[in-house]
Amino acid sequence: MIKLFSVKDKQKQAAAAAATGKPKQSAGELRLQKDLTELQLPSNINIAFPEGREKPMHFEITIKPDEGYYRNGRFLFDFVISTGYPYDAPKVKCKTKVYHPNIDLEGNICLNILREDWKPVLSISSVVYGLQFLFLDPNPEDPLNKEAAAKFQENQRQFESYVQRSIHYGAQIDGEFFPPCAC
Amino acid sequence: MEDTTPTNSSERWIDIDKLLTRNGNLVGPGFEPGPELRDFLQQDCKVLCIGAGGLGCEILKDLALSGFVNIDVIDMDTIDVSNLNRQFLFRLQDVGKPKAVVAAERINARVPGANVTAHFGRIEDMPLQFYQEFTVIVLGLDSLEARRYMNSIACSLLEFDEEGNPDMSTIKPLVDGGTEGFKGHARVILPGVTPCFECTLWLFPPQTKFPLCTLAETPRTPAHCIEYAHLILWSQQRSHEEFDTDDEEHMQWVYSNALARAKQYGIEGVTFQLTQGVVKNIIPAIASTNAIVSAACVLEALKLITMCSTGLNNYMMYTGSQGIYTHTVAYERDPQCPVCSAGVEVVAPADTTLQQVIDLMLAHPQLGKMLAHPSVSYGSKQLYARGIYEEDSRPNLAKPVRELLEGDEPAALLTVNDKKLSASLRVRLRLKEPQQ
Repeated sequence: MIKLFSVKDKQKQAAAAAATGKPKQSAGELRLQKDLTELQLPSNINIAFPEGREKPMHFEITIKPDEGYYRNGRFLFDFVISTGYPYDAPKVKCKTKVYHPNIDLEGNICLNILREDWKPVLSISSVVYGLQFLFLDPNPEDPLNKEAAAKFQENQRQFESYVQRSIHYGAQIDGEFFPPCAC
Repeated sequence: MEDTTPTNSSERWIDIDKLLTRNGNLVGPGFEPGPELRDFLQQDCKVLCIGAGGLGCEILKDLALSGFVNIDVIDMDTIDVSNLNRQFLFRLQDVGKPKAVVAAERINARVPGANVTAHFGRIEDMPLQFYQEFTVIVLGLDSLEARRYMNSIACSLLEFDEEGNPDMSTIKPLVDGGTEGFKGHARVILPGVTPCFECTLWLFPPQTKFPLCTLAETPRTPAHCIEYAHLILWSQQRSHEEFDTDDEEHMQWVYSNALARAKQYGIEGVTFQLTQGVVKNIIPAIASTNAIVSAACVLEALKLITMCSTGLNNYMMYTGSQGIYTHTVAYERDPQCPVCSAGVEVVAPADTTLQQVIDLMLAHPQLGKMLAHPSVSYGSKQLYARGIYEEDSRPNLAKPVRELLEGDEPAALLTVNDKKLSASLRVRLRLKEPQQ
């Protein structure tokens, strides 16, 4: 136990030194800063800050897969980091309409580390790897887009041609139109 | 009937005086017994109570009846009818009024001499100077985020001396209380001495989050149905509106859609109460838990100021579901806590460039081992950073570091990140003017 206050010295709190104007950051921002300085993005992935560098809690990541079913497509992901980071996972949504078993029409992404498997030891790097992996290896089990998952399982070649057609020319699939997103 | 309550004569505070005017074997270090101690408590000390809800009402009552006089309370909420079973300062006719305002009025009316000032607003809207005025801050909060915020406020007031030891006069003590059903805790946070909130963040278990695909395709529990309506259906059907947990209509919408979903899959158990629990993380509150935890907190505040007895060191847990059980643990600080640690000191001549500072860090006996390719920032400003900032910040390396820092404090607190580090590291950079 420590004696902080003394009657004899009559330490009046109001007389304490004025608060220094040190730039203050929340713990979430500190941790995000660390993640961003460690983020090594390959040439086919870009980051942008739509609200400027001063608001690092909101950024956009663009992924242009160079192999796999989704090659030559350009997919935009919106990241919002809350003040509860890293305790709270980053909120990621896909802003490009895409025909994918694990991404629905509202842009929700079924990626385990974004929800039930998120741990504070993970980082923005891990999430970007996870998103890349989704394009290389779509997961037809437990899908968000049932039809896409079914097509992927029953006829992979046709699935690939749907995906490539929608990327380069746009395509009407299962009653939904997917605009082109080639890079 | 004549009011015979003596206002502030020693007869009125006879119980408190027993604690404050007599020495003993259980007193704290440097205890100064005497009538001046109660004067100090009542005239010179100001205490802030954060929250005027379940814990807050109890805390305010305990503070006022324990002899505290200058009390401030802040709360951004208004009174709801569901509060009335335990937030005893409020009545049915108060529903809709600000909690802080009504609580202050009731305490002032009931406890002669009490001077409670109400603040109806968010803690984030008060300036740092506001918090600095208080001797002790007692937290009666209901979320991790708010606690982290208050913790960072208290820790930002902490200054260190040249050896990296906390400057005692800048320690702002926090007493944090929390309750959840039959469980609760009370802890004392002395920034720089005991672990701060961030030091022990790892204590909290991860939140329950369901996989989106389970919600969309294979729900099995009532919670799955509720989250489906809350997360998936809402963004499909009402994406232009932001979901507001306090809006009755929004909650009812989620509830009725969750019921429909549950019926579709033959799942039972969706109730409005469960909907509130899942969506708002609400756990039914119990008055006795609040009373026990706030009593512990206020007692700690009294002991911190007066040293009248040994303080809690430093985290007490309470559980009342099968009896009355408490357990106290002395948690340790995280020496590399990014919020409350002093950081390693690096001394450099006044005209050093940023590149030279980085070289000094790499050559430092302690730091050099921990770093390989450091990134350095000053608050939210990147001075030189790797990764996505590398190209833009490279020109800063050649600049004198004094130019890049604001103000002329004797030691600037830098944040250093590196792939080799598990968390950010704080470095205190001291620039020395050249000797004549």
